[in-house]
Amino acid sequence: MNLKKISETEYQIPQEGKMQVPVKIFADEKLMKSIKQDETLKQAMNVASLPGLIGNVILCPDAHQGYGMPIGGIAAFSLDSAVIAPGMIGFDINCGVRLLSTDITAKEFARNRKKIIHNIKRTIPSGIGQGGEKYSQEIIKQVLVKGAEWAVENSLGVKEDLIRCEENGKIKGANPEDVSQRAIARGTPQLGTLGAGNHFIDILIIDDIFQPEIAKIFNLKKGNIAILIHCGSRGLGHQIASDYLKKIDEEYGSANLPDRELVNAPINSKLGQSYLSAMRCAVNFAFCNRQIIMHKIREIFEREYLNKKVNLVYDIAHNIAKIESKKLIVRKGATRAFGPGNKEIPIIYRKSGQPVLIPGSMSTCSFVLVGTKEAEKISFASSAHGAGRAHSRSWAHKELTSEDVKKILAKKDIILEGSFKGTLEESELAYKDIEEVIDVTEKSGLSKKVASLKPIAVVIG
Amino acid sequence: MTYKFLPHTGDVKFQAEGKTLEEAFSEASLALKEAISGKIKIKEKIRKNISMQAGDTESLLYNFLEEFLYLLDAEDFILSKIKSISINCQKSNNQLINKKTNNKANKVSPISAEGTLNLTAIAIGDQASNYKFTNDVKAITYNDMFIKKQKDKFIVQAVLDV
Repeated sequence: MNLKKISETEYQIPQEGKMQVPVKIFADEKLMKSIKQDETLKQAMNVASLPGLIGNVILCPDAHQGYGMPIGGIAAFSLDSAVIAPGMIGFDINCGVRLLSTDITAKEFARNRKKIIHNIKRTIPSGIGQGGEKYSQEIIKQVLVKGAEWAVENSLGVKEDLIRCEENGKIKGANPEDVSQRAIARGTPQLGTLGAGNHFIDILIIDDIFQPEIAKIFNLKKGNIAILIHCGSRGLGHQIASDYLKKIDEEYGSANLPDRELVNAPINSKLGQSYLSAMRCAVNFAFCNRQIIMHKIREIFEREYLNKKVNLVYDIAHNIAKIESKKLIVRKGATRAFGPGNKEIPIIYRKSGQPVLIPGSMSTCSFVLVGTKEAEKISFASSAHGAGRAHSRSWAHKELTSEDVKKILAKKDIILEGSFKGTLEESELAYKDIEEVIDVTEKSGLSKKVASLKPIAVVIG
Repeated sequence: MTYKFLPHTGDVKFQAEGKTLEEAFSEASLALKEAISGKIKIKEKIRKNISMQAGDTESLLYNFLEEFLYLLDAEDFILSKIKSISINCQKSNNQLINKKTNNKANKVSPISAEGTLNLTAIAIGDQASNYKFTNDVKAITYNDMFIKKQKDKFIVQAVLDV
């Protein structure tokens, strides 16, 4: 592999072998050292061998090994010759983040911190398997078409929430006929549930403001409380990805593919179109899921703090395929980052560019950035999505103890609701340095820093 | 225990082995169970007959493991152990489900895919909501999956999306 350093924050792997396009990596030397430790670059080169690609396969500073396509990867295809591979979007379709801002100060929150966090844990079902309200399958089918709009129509939110979501919380072209009964059966008991693993609800203090004008537009005031929700389309999305992975494998096979996880169908084929439609159903389920969770959290806060407001800043998808600027854009563990003036973003943010939300690990800062025109030129308008894992889960179990995690949380005065057992794998020590990721994200122009948010309470599954 | 977890930055990778293909598949299901429930002991209260088909052994392993994710989400069932597992190949007059699998030299297909592979088993376990699990296994992947025959044993490997 011929890895070339282009600048302090950019590397390239030129076309070689079966690669159709080069791979471009936004990283500095330190992050590149971490990226090189596993199969990330090989997986990106595998993706670069698919037909119909345009430009480069992109890796963000938080990139790490996944399956099929690496996490932190972006690929763009020409609509005439694009292929679509469920393994490129991943199983947790529209896993994403939603940020809420409040006018509650850190001091006001401190009094009720334990009570509120306990209430959130009790109110939002989390963990493995079932636990949600029992919605009927008919309702689930409506959700697959309407997304967050279904929640708002059913008094689980307000109309203003919808414009503050990517795709207004409802992606078009979603037909429930393309979703299997198995997927619907898995999703039915899970609407409005958080899940487990790396899914979380964080309460944070808005710490540093780097661009006051834009922070004002995003409604972020230093010293106030913000809330981050991270989850996706639960078992419904996982099953849709799995169903189509198998269907496409049966129809098109994996001969000549470097990884069976990259089985793909032409986007213009019946199966390709059917997958796109089913994937969009999962996207809508996830938007609705986060909307319901947000609504319940908002109720808890507004009950506790009469006359205080909890507003949605933005909701963004991490794992998704979309048609943008007449191209098929696939993001896996990457965030859309439209810059100022882009007509796809709501009027309220059109002057500034869209909010880009990059959560840190459990005990490190999260960041709000803003999309740039530069990103539209260099990364198909995409940016990083998180700190990115540096070490495997088995590494965490071998190298860390619950005591280590407890110490870090105690030192930083972060309280946790959830099992400590699950926190080992999510320890900040298992992740890349978020400050480094943000620094490279900014220097390379993928997006620009607006504010940092310091965690003070965490709910996990 | 004849399975082990291997390093993987993003997800969970494991290898399981057995004297027969059936035994290796059973062990793989126990690795999946551990990935979900850790070392918690699951009571043996519920029996479920499961069956699936596939055109090659990798797809069969995928379908077999995926069944437990489905049962967990849709039927609130968590596995304790597998009983009476049987895999056989039904000749289907060249009507192959999958002829295009990339069969590399070292990826021995222990049972020829000259037809449909059938797996039947009894899954014994309990109601999942009686326990508290923290690890969400989202899906089975084909990434780095293999099924090998090595001397007198079968080895299977898979990566789980967590």
